[in-house]
Amino acid sequence: MKKYQLGEFEEIVILTIAILYKEAYGVAIKREIESRLARNVSMGAMHTALVRLEDKGYIKSSQGEATDERMGRPRRYYQITALGKKAMEYSRDTRNDLWQAIPKISLDLKIG
Amino acid sequence: MKRTQQMPPKFFHRFFRWYCHPKLMAHIEGDLLEVYGERLSKLGKRKANLYFIIDVLLLFRPGIIRPREKFRSVNQYDMYRSYFRIGWRNLLRNKGYAVINIGGLALGMSVAIMIALWIYDEVNFNKYHKNYDRIARVLFHASNKGRVWTESWTPIPLGPELRKTYGDDFEHVVTSTYLQDHVISFEEKKFSHEGLFMDTGGPEMLTLKMVSGTRAGLMDMNSILLSESSAIALFGAEDPLNKFVKIDNVMDVKVTGVYEDLPISSEFNNVDFIAPWELYLSHNKDWIKRFVTSWDDGMVQVLVQLPEHGQMTDVSEKIKTVIHSHEVEENKIYNKQAFLFPMSKWHLFEEFRNGQNVGGQIRFVWLFGIIGLFVLLLACINFMNLSTARSERRAKEVGIRKSIGSLRGQLINQFFSESILIAMLAFVLSIAGVHLVLPWFNEISNKEMSLPFISHVFWISCISFTLLTGIIAGSYPALYLSSFQPAKVLKGTFRAGRLAHTPRQVLVVLQFTVSIILIIGTVIVYQQIQHSKNRSVGYDRSHLVYVNTTTPDIYNHFEVIRNKLIASGAIVDMANSSSPATEDYNANFGGFEWKGKDPEQRESFGVSWVAPEYGETVGWQILKGRDFSRDIKNDESGMIINESAAKYMELENPVGEIVTLEGQSFTIIGVVKDIVVGSPYKPTRKAIYMVLRWAGSVVTFRLNPLRDTKEALAEIQSAVYEYSPALPFDYAFADEQYARKFIDEVRIGILATVFAGLAILISCLGLFGLASFVAEQRTKEIGIRKVVGASIFSLWKLLAKDFLILITVACIIAIPISYYFMNQWLQRYDYHTDISGWVFAATVTGSLAITLVTVSYQAINAALINPVKSLRSE
Repeated sequence: MKKYQLGEFEEIVILTIAILYKEAYGVAIKREIESRLARNVSMGAMHTALVRLEDKGYIKSSQGEATDERMGRPRRYYQITALGKKAMEYSRDTRNDLWQAIPKISLDLKIG
Repeated sequence: MKRTQQMPPKFFHRFFRWYCHPKLMAHIEGDLLEVYGERLSKLGKRKANLYFIIDVLLLFRPGIIRPREKFRSVNQYDMYRSYFRIGWRNLLRNKGYAVINIGGLALGMSVAIMIALWIYDEVNFNKYHKNYDRIARVLFHASNKGRVWTESWTPIPLGPELRKTYGDDFEHVVTSTYLQDHVISFEEKKFSHEGLFMDTGGPEMLTLKMVSGTRAGLMDMNSILLSESSAIALFGAEDPLNKFVKIDNVMDVKVTGVYEDLPISSEFNNVDFIAPWELYLSHNKDWIKRFVTSWDDGMVQVLVQLPEHGQMTDVSEKIKTVIHSHEVEENKIYNKQAFLFPMSKWHLFEEFRNGQNVGGQIRFVWLFGIIGLFVLLLACINFMNLSTARSERRAKEVGIRKSIGSLRGQLINQFFSESILIAMLAFVLSIAGVHLVLPWFNEISNKEMSLPFISHVFWISCISFTLLTGIIAGSYPALYLSSFQPAKVLKGTFRAGRLAHTPRQVLVVLQFTVSIILIIGTVIVYQQIQHSKNRSVGYDRSHLVYVNTTTPDIYNHFEVIRNKLIASGAIVDMANSSSPATEDYNANFGGFEWKGKDPEQRESFGVSWVAPEYGETVGWQILKGRDFSRDIKNDESGMIINESAAKYMELENPVGEIVTLEGQSFTIIGVVKDIVVGSPYKPTRKAIYMVLRWAGSVVTFRLNPLRDTKEALAEIQSAVYEYSPALPFDYAFADEQYARKFIDEVRIGILATVFAGLAILISCLGLFGLASFVAEQRTKEIGIRKVVGASIFSLWKLLAKDFLILITVACIIAIPISYYFMNQWLQRYDYHTDISGWVFAATVTGSLAITLVTVSYQAINAALINPVKSLRSE
């Protein structure tokens, strides 16, 4: 049963939000991912992911301050909810379980 | 902002704004702009633009794009839309009923709206004056021998005294005359205008809206303020300011201001000019000096304005004894109690009886309010009756809706929404109707009302009124129709039983009861007017014309003018007098002594000073003694009294008795039949006539009945003009003036007729609808009866009988109720008609006849249908 649905990109986004903690707003998240993972993040992909995460109830958002470089448009800060935290843990645990279930030989073989 | 040059490509920016979900717009846009700015400094404008475009295009995806329609919260919008649609279809399918329903409701609502406008206007009377709630007139109650009366003519020293002793309690104390007629002339133009002589604070207190000049314009004694319309009449397009005009050809005054005409809804509507009270005093000083210090004669009105937060009742209490304490000892028995009569009550609560305020015009506000409600109720009843009568047709629909799962509550909603739909249609119609009829309504009610289309209060009250009407009209059908049981209805055994008819019958009876009461009321109002019009007035008012005169010119050349006009055949006779035949300018004259008078008695007579020809001119009837004569020198110390006065003085043989007034003695030389002056509904007043020794204020002419009136008037005018060029020849016909005394009653009569007519029309519309329904429902029965051999007459009887019974019941209820109320109304008039039986008989016959006509149309139609047709249709 898919208890906690979390797509690959969504997971990256939610993890980044956790990293940024109080400073997680659109552009900051984009920069963080780009610098840490060295990949380009399109605005569209990121915002779609944010909308979905919010719809699922994993994150919540609040209106922030408007700054000059944004020409008066407010920032929207994201924050992880309790449910979001569970989803992240679930995702990590399942991966760990899977990793642990891999027989050593299998990976060795591949390498070899 | 310096960043304006660094905006991203406009088109894409706009595109983004167009498609983006409004909830996400602000912050995503912020992100885009922030990134764009960053790129701009790093990569240059072209690349930044390119990336911006890519970002915008990539954002164009589900989740970010706004939904096709805006948010729709979960509600029953679709459901209501369907209700309205079904309601609309129902209307279209039964056009006849729809017309009756909507037309009837629209009529009812128009009446209600007009009455509401009328009431609104009445209640807001005098509100034109900004300090409306702080202005008052000083009146006093006086009493003598157990009788208490209230007077509005106050002594001249009252104003100065209030200012001196109670100055802190008033913002303004304004002494003013009552409305007076004066001739205002400018160069060759002259007009007779009504106006006031007021203290300087008057215009400020009345918050006149100045067109030019200032409210302080009365500071100089020789000044005048004119109303806009009289300024235009005198000066045309010229600037009136600082021009000199003459009042009565004797007072030279400068125009120091022009004020906007006061609206009809103001007590001061007729004030065409305002001149300083000081001026009045100085120009009339010969006769007025006696009154300037006298506390015993009512000469003026005193208007006051309280300061902000001033309490009427407190100040009223304070000034209570102000007149009483200053009066001469012998007048103290009147115990005059001064009080403030607030402006807010002047119009609606103007009557005092025995020292108590007994309302007045407010009665009509209530009366019309109730009539309006009833007419609206009649229209609502039509709606209820027709909807329940047609319930059988809707029964199947109700059955099906219920079996599919409609709850009763939902069905109730459905029927309510249908009736609200009809009410809204009717409302639109009625607004259009009122808009059309309003000019006419204004004319008969003498008002300046308009539909306040821009006021939101108006719209809010109209919409809530429409909803309310819809809910009242729909309440019964909604509750009744929704109670059907689906199983019974769909099986086809449903028949609205006897019980279903009862409420409908009650409603019809109610409708007709109200209509009949209104009709009887109207007839009696008219009878009363007619009765008073036919009252013997004691003189001959046809061909009687009078002119107000403010100069002694005619008096000085009386013989010449009279002889000339009689010789030319224009008039039969003419006479100067102190008041016209229809009025009584000196109504409360006291101080007469006669043999056998009770010394405690303080009574007042209406006194007229008349030229010796006066009796001949007006055509009064001498009962005892003789008329005045110019040839008998002694007549200057003679007097003529009327019957009422003779009766009051309790003189056995009045002719020859001596009456003294202020030490002068007069001999009664004759008794005349009572002449009706003032209100034609009141008993005639005690009157005394004495010989005129000054110009008087009126010249009366009796036109030669054999001559053309116009010609005769022209001749009189030229003769008068020759000797009195300053006098505008503004004549008035005595019979017209007399007819004007009935203007209020006639106005109410017309309004009542209109409303009663509409009420009966609405009721008949409903009856017509019901009759057609019954006829339709019994088509088969009638067909069979015809086959078996029933005659058309018996069929007609069958159909009409039920309705006739209902109307008869309504008559039986209506007669005692209307008798009770109309009898009370008539008691208000001292001179009134009696309610005769034929009014009721005629009304009953009339309403039965109308019912028969209404019902017969349908009944005969049904009875004439070929039974083959009616029986074949299944």
